[in-house]
Amino acid sequence: MFEPVLLKNVDVADGHLVSTYEAGGGYQALAKALREYTPDEVIDLVKRSNLRGRGGAGFPTGMKWGFVPKRTGKPTYLCCNADEGEPGTFKDRIIMERDPHQLIEGLAVSAYAIGAETAYVYIRGEYVTAIRRLQQAIAEAQAKGYLGKRVLGSDFNFAIHIHCGAGAYICGEETAMLESLEGKRAQPRLKPPFPAVAGLYASPTVINNVETLACVPHIIMRGWDWFRGIGPEKSPGPKLYCLSGQVRKPGLYELPMGIPLRELVENHAGGALPGRKIKAVIPGGVSAPVIPEHGLEVRMDFDSLAAAGSMLGSAGVIVIDDSTCMVKVATRIIEFFHHESCGKCTPCREGLNWVVKVLRRIEAGEGAAGDLEQLDMLCKGIFGNTFCALGDGAAMGLRAALAHFRTEFVAHIEERSCPFTEEPRRDKTARKYG
Amino acid sequence: MTMREKIEEAAARYPDQRSAIMPALLIAQEEHGHLPGPVLEEVADILGVERIWVYELATFYTLFHTEPVGMFHLQLCDNVSCMLCGSEELLNHLETVLGIRKGDTTPDGLFTLSTVECLGACEMAPVMQVGDDYHAHLDVARINALLDSLRATAGAASVEHAPARLPGE
Repeated sequence: MFEPVLLKNVDVADGHLVSTYEAGGGYQALAKALREYTPDEVIDLVKRSNLRGRGGAGFPTGMKWGFVPKRTGKPTYLCCNADEGEPGTFKDRIIMERDPHQLIEGLAVSAYAIGAETAYVYIRGEYVTAIRRLQQAIAEAQAKGYLGKRVLGSDFNFAIHIHCGAGAYICGEETAMLESLEGKRAQPRLKPPFPAVAGLYASPTVINNVETLACVPHIIMRGWDWFRGIGPEKSPGPKLYCLSGQVRKPGLYELPMGIPLRELVENHAGGALPGRKIKAVIPGGVSAPVIPEHGLEVRMDFDSLAAAGSMLGSAGVIVIDDSTCMVKVATRIIEFFHHESCGKCTPCREGLNWVVKVLRRIEAGEGAAGDLEQLDMLCKGIFGNTFCALGDGAAMGLRAALAHFRTEFVAHIEERSCPFTEEPRRDKTARKYG
Repeated sequence: MTMREKIEEAAARYPDQRSAIMPALLIAQEEHGHLPGPVLEEVADILGVERIWVYELATFYTLFHTEPVGMFHLQLCDNVSCMLCGSEELLNHLETVLGIRKGDTTPDGLFTLSTVECLGACEMAPVMQVGDDYHAHLDVARINALLDSLRATAGAASVEHAPARLPGE
């Protein structure tokens, strides 16, 4: 029987207070790490656990920590990626609003491991409640001696600062986040150098997602072998899945890595809305290629989804039923990427603008012969030709929609209308996004 | 605390003053409602940074407004999860009842209507942010009730802030 740990406190009254967190064993992992382990031993534990980053890329966390050089003469920084801009994703907001001390303890243990005395939590500015809860929790932790000078009587000094974002999806990309933290426009940097070597203020920097950091105290308390015993060998541990869209029970679910997508959607989230059938599911936020209904046996872990032509991403699972036009969904997704492109790379900036125009035309029933071939060509021109993965995510998503639902695109062009529109179409010129 | 004191306190969190531009802009916007040129220049002067650096950020990030917005900024999410749950119909309704298009402000200055990218509350779709608050599981009835509530709040605020009148005035 799987026992949730990451969401243990989220439905508890006053789960955001330090007293509640302590009553459930909170901050014992920090005390244990400081008392029993050297920083290198903490890194080794995390490596053995095979914790992979929960922000989207799935890079092994312990390995990332191990890249941080020692004795550079510069401070080492820890940055928490709490920007959470991937549509379909809301897991980090729930942790920060309802159990912020779990994140603070994860930050403290992680900072101890990599030798950082300062952490910045980059949190999206829209998350006002989460920001307030986290500020309050930092003050509580400070008062209790979990933060500040000589944490719990050790030689470890640690401070956490909140840095509010201001509405730019690209800040979720780690080097763009560093640019933003340095007070610049959030545009990605060329790698190498990687942030572990030259990150914030050109100092060694580790950037981890909220959920990744929240896993760390549990690994310390329960052991790497406990963590590794959950789910598949190459993608172990508990996982937060965000369920939204046309599904009976949307919400945040904690289950093992590797659960079949169909079981997640149909058993846990209640399946399709009354009278409807599931048509497709986006498994990992809108960057993740869509999976048609017949592919729902795929397991929800990094490798299984990659093998199926999609990705786990942020595990933002969006359910789409048979009442929905896939051209409309694809158009909205590309409109998002077009709006959020930082403008640094021409293929992304110009290519997505072009793609949006073609898709809007097709959805409006004004598509022409050759449009789909043009979209194929544009995807090819964008994919792999940009500094960061934003353009790739857009191109992969559109390719998947074209591959699995090409008949819908063709129907729009041939019938010169959207087959899913029951009412007379509104004036589309008055309804442009972005 | 004055705006300058708040900005200086925020700047102390960073080894480089340039990092404090975003926090400073958020403070300034809270103070002034939006960020006109003179405010951007004041922020630059307080931090002792290049003015162009401040302009660059104020025009890049969507939460910064260089133009005035209404007393209530209605920010309806219309990204995929909200769209699948009916945000398009809600936008039509808002445009109809407010008599404005997306991006506009009502003539009385009460409401500005915008659509925004994902608010990160997809489990509660459709969602709209008004000020600091998220309003979830929206439908036409809830939108109407919300607008009524905001109008009442505005009415109370205008009474509260009305200039005092002397007897017989």
